[in-house]
Amino acid sequence: MKALRIRNLQKTYAGGVQALRGIDLEVEEGDFFALLGPNGAGKSTTIGIVCSLVNKSGGSVEVFGHDQDLAPEMVKSCIGYVPQEFNFNPFEPVGEIVINQAGYYGLPRAEARRRAERCLRQLELWDKREKQARSLSGGMKRRLMIARALVHRPRLLILDEPTAGVDIEIRLSMWEFLRGINADGITIILTTHYLEEAESLCRNIAIINNGQIAERAEMREMLRRLHQQDVILDVVDPVETLPEIPGYRLKRLDACMLEAEVTAGRGLNDLFEGLSAAGIQVLSMRNKQNRLEQLFLDMVHHHQEGSA
Amino acid sequence: MRYWTAFSTIVIKEVLRFSRIWVQTVLPPAITTALYFVIFGTLIGSQLGEMDGLRYVDFIVPGLILMAVISNSYANVVSSFYQAKFQRNVEELLIAPIPPWVVLWGYVAGGVARGVMVGLLVTLVSMIFSDFRIHSIGITLAVFVLTSVLFSLAGFINAIFANSFDDIAIIPTFVLTPLTYLGGVFYSISMLPEFWQQVSLANPVLYMINAFRYGLLGVSDIPVGIAVHIILGFIAVLFFVALYLLKKGIGIKS
Repeated sequence: MKALRIRNLQKTYAGGVQALRGIDLEVEEGDFFALLGPNGAGKSTTIGIVCSLVNKSGGSVEVFGHDQDLAPEMVKSCIGYVPQEFNFNPFEPVGEIVINQAGYYGLPRAEARRRAERCLRQLELWDKREKQARSLSGGMKRRLMIARALVHRPRLLILDEPTAGVDIEIRLSMWEFLRGINADGITIILTTHYLEEAESLCRNIAIINNGQIAERAEMREMLRRLHQQDVILDVVDPVETLPEIPGYRLKRLDACMLEAEVTAGRGLNDLFEGLSAAGIQVLSMRNKQNRLEQLFLDMVHHHQEGSA
Repeated sequence: MRYWTAFSTIVIKEVLRFSRIWVQTVLPPAITTALYFVIFGTLIGSQLGEMDGLRYVDFIVPGLILMAVISNSYANVVSSFYQAKFQRNVEELLIAPIPPWVVLWGYVAGGVARGVMVGLLVTLVSMIFSDFRIHSIGITLAVFVLTSVLFSLAGFINAIFANSFDDIAIIPTFVLTPLTYLGGVFYSISMLPEFWQQVSLANPVLYMINAFRYGLLGVSDIPVGIAVHIILGFIAVLFFVALYLLKKGIGIKS
């Protein structure tokens, strides 16, 4: 079953700005899906329309088979939404924010309290339940919005830049949490600027550019299309002069750190042999986290050229 | 049942909101009214003769109670809904499976809750200074609640159009307060020259205050039936305007 089916979605804002120019998109139930695109590409507008926060100009949206125009309340019941910016009342206590959201979805007060407790414990916010939301740290505020979005047990969770501005430790724990609820069956769609995040979490991605879908594919397949990967090498002794190794381009990042561009399918044996021959002993190696960024930039660039 | 739960959640949230800041929301009207009674009722009023056959301090009781109801019902909804827009927590309601009429009645009920609470407090204060009595409990309660509903709806519409905190202060300052003060809180329109009596009849607040005065004291410048119908008419018009704006997402959706 399709968790989300968007057909020819269009949006023209009052000022005449055409934000969406006919988006078609499908997301399977249970998927972990990333919606990527440069600023102003139409990601947030698309999500806003799906979540009933923005009025569409044309097209259709279906969530788990429910048409947004014919059964808006069924659509809303299926969705949990975590926005990019904090959108709770900062003066309200944390617990009340989550309980009230459950109430808006029709859960009686006693059940709303039980659900809120479970969600707040899951997101490690239970001991903050009586604090005003404004007193929480940035990471806690993000977790509060996730708890609020999950309290009515949505089948589809939509997150708009969920880890923007949070430190790496919180980001990693949030990834772990999202992987867990996805494994429990919740379909997740996220937009993110951290492409590493999409690469690490998502099985499928779509790239939006200029109000249109520029690319829609499986993450593995997308990454396979890369013609090149970069690896970082930590070496034992400082390197003054870089050796010439045919088929590889080496760069010196600092005295004991090198970067090597490796063409897809070439392998690394020749690289290591060349380095050994030059007397360079490699201590450790890791991939440079730029693979998706590179692909993303290539595709956006290619799409812009195609549009022009 | 689901709608009822959503409605009651909005009302509980609203009541908790204004109760948490009771020093700003509930206490000031009680103090202001006590000052009105001391200055206009006791000090100046004692120098005045009777009005419509009543002591002046007794005459101003209904107007002062209703003035508190009007300003607090309006203020509650306009500030709460505008803040929800400003802080974007109105999105909590927009994404939830609640029809617009439930959201509207939830906010209106919150405004009525504050209007009634402040109105009762002002009534208690008035009992200290005046010879408080109720001529018709039915009319008193009906006008009390309907007026609160009407101004809660008006506050909601103001909040929908407001784009800044200035916008939520302009209507109360430049429209609501003059209409209330010129609506016969402190005087009977029979004291005015014929021309100004006719002008006063265009002021909707005059009908509410006189109907409420009839409920409490049994005197009114206006036939009570007409007054109640006018209040109901205003409620119907404002309700459908507010509902239309909310459905269209004016001021809250792009």
